[in-house]
Amino acid sequence: MPTLGEMMLQGRAMPEHHPWPRAVVDVGLWQLATRRLAEGHATLLGLWGEADAVHMALREETPPAIGVLTVECKNRRFPSIAALHPPAARLERAIRDLYGLEAEGAPDERPWLDHGRWGTRHPLGQASLSTPAAAPDYQFLTAEGEGLHQIAVGPVHAGIIEPGHFRFTANGEAVVRLEERLGYTHKGIDGLMAGATLEHAVKLAGRISGDSTVAYALAFSRAVEAALQIEAPARAHWLRALMAEMERLANHFGDIGAICNDASFVMMHAQCGILRERMLRTADACFGHRLMRDRILPGGVAADLGRDGAALLRGLVQQTRRKFPALIELYDNTASLQDRTVGTGMLKPALARQYGCGGYVGRASGRDFDTRRAVPYPPYDRLSFEVRVLNDGDVNARVWIRIWEVEQSLALIEQILDRLPEGPIHVDLVPGAGAGREGMALVEGFRGDVLAWLRLDAEGRIARCHLRDPSWFQWPVLEAAIEGNIVADFPLCNKSFNCSYSGQDL
Amino acid sequence: MRKTLFENLLKGPVTEPAPAIEDAALAELGTALERAARRKLGRSLSIREVDAGSCNGCELEIHALNNPFYDLERFGLRFVASPRHADVLLVTGPVTKNMQTALERTYRATPDPKWVVATGDCALDGGIFAGGYACVGGVSAAIPVDLHIRGCPPSPLQLLKGLLALLEKAR
Repeated sequence: MPTLGEMMLQGRAMPEHHPWPRAVVDVGLWQLATRRLAEGHATLLGLWGEADAVHMALREETPPAIGVLTVECKNRRFPSIAALHPPAARLERAIRDLYGLEAEGAPDERPWLDHGRWGTRHPLGQASLSTPAAAPDYQFLTAEGEGLHQIAVGPVHAGIIEPGHFRFTANGEAVVRLEERLGYTHKGIDGLMAGATLEHAVKLAGRISGDSTVAYALAFSRAVEAALQIEAPARAHWLRALMAEMERLANHFGDIGAICNDASFVMMHAQCGILRERMLRTADACFGHRLMRDRILPGGVAADLGRDGAALLRGLVQQTRRKFPALIELYDNTASLQDRTVGTGMLKPALARQYGCGGYVGRASGRDFDTRRAVPYPPYDRLSFEVRVLNDGDVNARVWIRIWEVEQSLALIEQILDRLPEGPIHVDLVPGAGAGREGMALVEGFRGDVLAWLRLDAEGRIARCHLRDPSWFQWPVLEAAIEGNIVADFPLCNKSFNCSYSGQDL
Repeated sequence: MRKTLFENLLKGPVTEPAPAIEDAALAELGTALERAARRKLGRSLSIREVDAGSCNGCELEIHALNNPFYDLERFGLRFVASPRHADVLLVTGPVTKNMQTALERTYRATPDPKWVVATGDCALDGGIFAGGYACVGGVSAAIPVDLHIRGCPPSPLQLLKGLLALLEKAR
């Protein structure tokens, strides 16, 4: 069977696609690629549509390669990947909902993002149908057996969290089946991106998933820079990484606390809340926004770090280093808390590998992948840090991966502050450059790898842009991880995954 | 755990009143809010948060209201798990069409008297998400709104100020 690189050579190469190649392939090669996915030779990085074509991004480890394969959809159809490789299922359902392109042989024909409320069908397709069929009731998968009952949760949840629906089938306390239904926060971002100026589009990108605003703005900006073949100044690269690590820290503090809170251990929540708030306040002092929103843009960054900011950040790192170890000890030595997290919500390494789960979800289940190391971008190629992996796959493992990442991010911030180069923080983009140029980027957000792909038009605006959240490959395996656990442990499992609703709903 | 608890007792508040006090505006605001809540309702104010399609940024900052720095509950304001227990719906997001029905149902499930606070720039008029096929475009397009709190996302302090303004307005 040909490798990804060989398949790319057999297809029609698209020379304007950077930094990885894209090739238009025929149905036969598309199916070969699907087989490589199904047999575990390649990982699916993304799958997205256009009016008349579908693209899949793949990554292979040996030999290392990343590439995009495109199949043109004659008769508005393409061969289903999910038929052989389930991780593609929801992505294919989304492509059908938005573009009206059918995945032939798909195992699940139900809609995903389309809840029958838009007043139109296939809104981004070639010919959007303005008269939608009456939305049929969504058919959840069945589970049959004596004594089984269903519990419906959401979309409005009890906590301050995003909306989504969970349908549990339980036998007493034990979960027999969980099925997620998402799409409630679908804002039509792919549609809003089309025709947007870069200035506007980067703001949209930064609002796809609020907790990852830095990661998204970074992924988008790097994709634009790849398309235009320009390089941000050195100082901008380093400041971007600084913001990315600050975002990672703030989110990990929030998550570690919230996971413990869902096991009713409130003290950790309060303590981690303090660390998180300090980080956000420092971000505000350094860059003028608590979440550092709209601080990264194509060509560089919008805010520089002053002397005062750097000093504040150093102080914060030192203070966190003093406080955090006691909290780890507290987590590790509280038997009642460990009783809840150890062995709960097991995600099998084989499943994590099959789905290409990014971030702590993958790394807690044996998937040794971190974009910063596997597909390095500046300045991570010049920074030293450790990526740790566990095989346990339970809530406890996902907590520990976060704990270690906190330590690494603190060290990374210090390295960045020590070596932050002087110079400009932004280069101007050449106005009007762009027709048909395409760019792609992969960036490690706190939750995992964020993929950005875009094509520019002749005026240098967005012709098509798609951003793929890590949650696409994490949500589905949560359904497997919860199986056999008690219903009351669901919040705990869910928080340990902390998938994004808005990021996957787009 | 005992060690940490003991340390907290000895060192005084790990729950850091320091930043709160240093932030005089926050303390002042909170007290004013509590007074207004009690005057108006004769009791504390219960808030139900509804995400009607936000990016989750607003939720992060609403969460922060509960952290030890802001400690919302000391002012008699608390978040409740059901709209049936709520006086205030704190609604975020541009109201996606996929969330519209759920939002309207949540509104109807909230007993009178009730107030709706639309939170964040996109809750005002859809913000950056306005104009597409997927959003209704602002909370007031779906349910009556008493107050808007601007910001993308509003900071915890802005949120507190907004809640105070609501109580002043409702008087």
